[in-house]
Amino acid sequence: MLKLCLRHLFRIAVTLLLGGLLAATLIRFAPGFDTDEQQMDSRLSAESIQALRQQRAAQKNVLKFYAAFLSAAVRGDFGKSETLDRPVRELIAERLPVTLKLMAYGLVVGWSLALLFAVTATMARITAWDLATTALAGLFLCIPSAVLALAFVFIRAPGYLALGLIVFSHVFRYWRNLLDKSYAMPHIVTARAKGLGTVRILLWHVLPVSGAQLLAVAGVSVSIALGATIPVEALCGIPGIGELAWQAALGRDLSLLVTLTLLVTVVTLVANTASDVLGQAFRTQRA
Amino acid sequence: MKRIRQFACVLLLVVTVASLGASVFAPANYATQFRDELPNAAPSRSHWLGTDDLGRDRFSRVLYGTRVSLLLAPAAALLSTLLAALIGALAGYLGGTWEKIAMTGADLFLSLPWLFLLLMVRAMLPLNVSAFTSVTVTFFLLGLLGWAASARVVCSGAKAIRNSDFVLLARASGVSRARLLLRHVLPNLKPVLLAQFWISIPIFILSEANLGILGLGVAEPLPSWGSLLRELESYANFSNEYWRLVPLVLLVITVTSFQLILSRDEVSA
Amino acid sequence: MIRKFGLLRWLAVVVLLAPFAFAQGGELHFCLKSEPKTFNPVLVEDDSSEVVRYLTGGVLVRINRQTQQLEPELATSWKITNSGRTITFNLRHGLYFSDGTPFSAEDVAYTMTQLMDPKLHSVTGDMFRSAQGTVQMNVLSPDRISITFPAAVAGLDKLFDQVAIMSAKSPRKEMAVLGPFYIADYKPGSYVYLRKNNNYWKKDAHGRQLPLLDAVKLDIQPNRDIELMRFKRGELDLIPALDSDYFNKLAEAEPGEVRDAGPSLDSDQMWFNQVQTAPIPDYKKAWFRSEQFRQAISMAINRADLCRIVFAGHAQPAVGPTSPANRFWFNSKLKPYPFDQQGALNRLAAAGFKFQNGVLRDSAGNAVEFSIVTNSSSKPRERMATMIQQDLSHIGIKVNVVVLDFPSLIERITEKFNYEAALLGFINDDLDPNSQMNVWLSSAENHQWNPVQKTPATAWEAEVDKLMREQASTADAHKRKVAWDRVQEIVYEQQPFIYLENKDALSAVSHNVANAEPVVLRPQTYWNIDELYLRNNGTHEGGK
Repeated sequence: MLKLCLRHLFRIAVTLLLGGLLAATLIRFAPGFDTDEQQMDSRLSAESIQALRQQRAAQKNVLKFYAAFLSAAVRGDFGKSETLDRPVRELIAERLPVTLKLMAYGLVVGWSLALLFAVTATMARITAWDLATTALAGLFLCIPSAVLALAFVFIRAPGYLALGLIVFSHVFRYWRNLLDKSYAMPHIVTARAKGLGTVRILLWHVLPVSGAQLLAVAGVSVSIALGATIPVEALCGIPGIGELAWQAALGRDLSLLVTLTLLVTVVTLVANTASDVLGQAFRTQRA
Repeated sequence: MKRIRQFACVLLLVVTVASLGASVFAPANYATQFRDELPNAAPSRSHWLGTDDLGRDRFSRVLYGTRVSLLLAPAAALLSTLLAALIGALAGYLGGTWEKIAMTGADLFLSLPWLFLLLMVRAMLPLNVSAFTSVTVTFFLLGLLGWAASARVVCSGAKAIRNSDFVLLARASGVSRARLLLRHVLPNLKPVLLAQFWISIPIFILSEANLGILGLGVAEPLPSWGSLLRELESYANFSNEYWRLVPLVLLVITVTSFQLILSRDEVSA
Repeated sequence: MIRKFGLLRWLAVVVLLAPFAFAQGGELHFCLKSEPKTFNPVLVEDDSSEVVRYLTGGVLVRINRQTQQLEPELATSWKITNSGRTITFNLRHGLYFSDGTPFSAEDVAYTMTQLMDPKLHSVTGDMFRSAQGTVQMNVLSPDRISITFPAAVAGLDKLFDQVAIMSAKSPRKEMAVLGPFYIADYKPGSYVYLRKNNNYWKKDAHGRQLPLLDAVKLDIQPNRDIELMRFKRGELDLIPALDSDYFNKLAEAEPGEVRDAGPSLDSDQMWFNQVQTAPIPDYKKAWFRSEQFRQAISMAINRADLCRIVFAGHAQPAVGPTSPANRFWFNSKLKPYPFDQQGALNRLAAAGFKFQNGVLRDSAGNAVEFSIVTNSSSKPRERMATMIQQDLSHIGIKVNVVVLDFPSLIERITEKFNYEAALLGFINDDLDPNSQMNVWLSSAENHQWNPVQKTPATAWEAEVDKLMREQASTADAHKRKVAWDRVQEIVYEQQPFIYLENKDALSAVSHNVANAEPVVLRPQTYWNIDELYLRNNGTHEGGK
C-alpha cells in the first residue's frame, strides 16, 4: 500500500517538474515575451524603455529561470507577478479557495445533471426524452462559455450554475453512451426482465462493469471545469485563479504562469489518479 | 427513433447542400458591406436575417460560414478521435510502463498552457497567408491537441477489455496483438469514441472563434460559425433582436442531428 | 399645549431641512476597466491607477477639464523664470493630509525628488525629463518652493496637474492624501472603496465643505457588456467611456442619460512599415516609402463611412496628429483627405502603378497585396481594418486583416518589425503637442513607422526633428504654434500616419447624479468629482 502511494507521489512529482519546465519554455519562446505594453507609452523616455527591456532579459534563459524558480519555490517563494506587482504566493492564496469552491459546486451540479439525464434516458427509452436530453446537452455545448456566463450574469444566477451546465454538456454524452452499452449487456437485460430495481441494477450491476470508465470521464471533467473557470470567473466577477490566468497570459507573466501551470497539473493529476484508483477498486471488486 | 434518424439525415443533407451551394443560394457575397444601409439592420426582404455590424448580409454569411465549419470541424474531430483511440487503446491494452507514460503524457497535455504554442504557430505563419490555410492550420492544431481528455477514458476502457474473457480466449488461441486490438478491442470502445467525436465538433467550432483573438482561425472577411456565434456576446444588450440567435439554433440542430445519426440502439425499440 | 407646539415646530424644521440634509452625499458607483497596479502616485502607469490618483491626489495646479485653463489648487500662484527652467510655487497654508499630517513645501520637495529619481523610471517623471541632470529643490519657506530643472521644460506648469503630492512625514506614506477622497478599502479583483477626506481643503461657491459625495465605489469590471447591463439596472451611476455600439441603444431607452461631448483628442491611424531592415520583400518596402502610395491609400479610404458605420456616427474624419477639438493647437487650414478613388488611382499611376483587370500592379508587375495588423481587444479597429479592406479592393489592392493579441503585436512593431501595415489608436490626454515628442523625433522609440533612426532617413523627417526641438525650446505659445502647424502640414503631405478618425467622447450618466457635465478631456465624466452628488442619496437597486 505504502509502495503504491510512494509510486503515485513520485509520478506526480516528476510530472510536475516536467510540466513546469515545458510551460516555462512555451511561454518564453512565444511571441510577445520580450516586450512590455508600457513601451507604447509615448511619455516614457528612452532610458525608461531600455530599463523595461532589461527587466525581461533576466528571464531569457529558461533553464536558469526554472532552476532559480524551483529553489525559491521549495522555500515557499513563487516569485513576483509582473502584471500585478505582488508576490505570486499571496495572489494564489487569495484566489485559490474561490476557484476551488466554484469548481466543487460546478462539478456537483454538472455530474448530478449528467447522471440523472443519462440514467433516465437509458432506462426509460422514451424517444421524446432521449431527444430532449440530447438536444439539451447539444445546446449547452454549442453556446460559447462566455455567452453562457453573460446570460447568467443577466439573469443574476450564480456562476457555478453556468460551470455546472458546461460540465454537464461535456460529460453527458460519454456517460449516456457507456450506460447504453452496459444496459444492453445480456446479464443486465436479464436482471431487468426479472424485475430488479433501478438503483440496485445501477449500483450492483452497471457500475462494476462501466464504473472505471465513468470515473475516468469524471476525472477528465475536472480539467474541463478548470479550463471553463477562465471565462466564467472573468464574466461573473468571481476573483479566482481563472481570471488571474487570463491576465497573466496576456502579460506573459512568467512566474505567475508557471505557478498556475503547476497548480493546474496538481489538480489534474489528483483528479485523474483518484479516478484511476477508484476505478481499480471497482475492477477488483468485480473480480 | 428510426423516423427521427431519417429526419436528422435529411436535415444534415439540406444544411450540407445549402452550404456547398452557397454561391448559388446566397443573395449576396459574404464580404459585401452594404454601406448605404444601416448596419445591424433587422430582417427585411433583401436581408432575411438582417445585417451584421458592418452591413453584411447575415444569411449569406451563415451559408458560407457553414461551409468552413461543417467541413473542417468534423475532420479535426476525426483526427483527435483517431489519436485518442490509438494512444488510449495501446496504452490500456499494453499496460504497465507504456500505460503510465501515455497517461502521464495525457495529464501533461491537459495541464499545459497551449495558448503559447498557438501563438508561436501564428508567429511562424506568413502574414499574408490565405484565409483557408489559416483556418485549416487552426483546425489541424485543435485536432492534434484535443486527444488527451478522451484518451484517458479510452485507456480505462481498453484495460477493462484486456482482462475480459473473450480477449483472454483469443490470446490463448494465438491471435496476434495487432489483430486483437483492431478487431476486438477498438470496436468495444466505440461508445467512448463516438461520444468523443460528437462533442468535439461544437467544441472545435467554438475554439476556432476563440483563437481568432490570437490571429489564428478564420480571417476577415471569411465567416465561420464560431465567429458568427461571437456576435452573441453582446446579446444581453440587444435582446430584442431574436434573429441573432439563428446561427446558434442552426448549430444546435446540426450537432443534434449528427448525434442522432451516430447513435445506434443495441437493443431495438 | 406648549409641548405639542414645540413638537410641531421641531417636526417642521426637520421636514423643511431634510431635503438639504439628504440632498448631498451618497456613494458614487462606477467601474474600472482593470486592476489598478499601484496606489503610489509616483509609479502610476496604467489607466485604473490614474483614476485612483485623480480621485485621491491633491495637486498644485489643475487643468480645468471644461475650460481647459490652468487653475490654482494647492498652489495659490506660480511663476516660471530662468527661460522655462525654474518654477516657483506659493502654497496654501494651514492644510492637512487625510491623516492629519500638516502640509508644507517639504512635501512638494519630497514628492518631486521621488518622482525624478532616475532609478524609478516614473512615467509622470519622464514628462519633466527634457535633459539629463538632477532637479534642484529649493524650499524657500514652509509655503514657498522653487524647482529648477537642468533644461527648459515645455508647458512646465501644466505638467504639475499629474503630480499628486505625497507626505514626507506621514507614517501612512502614500496612503495619506490631499485629494477629495482617500482609499478606505481595497479588495483585489473586486473593488476599490474611497471615502470622503474630511481634511479636504476645498469649499464650493456656497461655502459648503467639499466633496459633496460620501464615498466612491470603483468596481473592477473588464467586460463592457456587463458594465452596460449594470448601468441599465441602476447599479452603476456612470459609464465613463461608453462604446458607440451601445450609445444609440441606451439613447433609445434613456435619452437623458447618454452624453456626447463632441470629438475627443483620440485618434485611430494606420501606417506602413518603413524600417530599412524590416524582414519584408524589398518591392513592398519601395511601395511603403513612396509618399504618393501613402497619399493614394489615404484618398482611397472612405472615412465618412468609417465614422458612420463603425462609430454609429459618433466620430469625425481625422486630419492629423491634433484633433480639431484641440482648438488652440489644431491647424485649421487643413481638412480631412477627400474620399476620391479615381484621384487615388491617378496618384498611383504617377508613381508607376498600373490598374488592370481589377488588380493593381507595381512597375515590376507585382500585384499589390499587404496585410494590416491590429489588436484583437479592439472591435472598432478590427471593423475599420475590414472596411479598409473593402475600400482598397475597389482600386485593385488585396488587403489581409491580421488580428493579433497585444503583446505579439507590440513585438512585431517595436522589435522584430515583421509587419507591413498596422492600425492602432492614439489616446491623447494632453492638449500640448510636446507630449508627442517621442512620436515625432526620428530618433525616438515611438516614431512608429521607422523608430530609433541614427540620422533622419528623409529630408522631411529631419525638418520635423528641427521643428519639434524648436517648439520645445521656447515658452512663447505663438512661436510654438507656428512650428507645430508646420509639423501638421508636413504630416498631411507625407502621410506617415494615415489618420482615420477622431471619435467622440461618449459617456453615460444616471439621472441620479447631479452636477455632472461630461467633457472631452479625461476624466470625462467625473473631472469635477468633488462637486458631484447623488440626488436620491445614493440608494442603489440590487448592487454588488
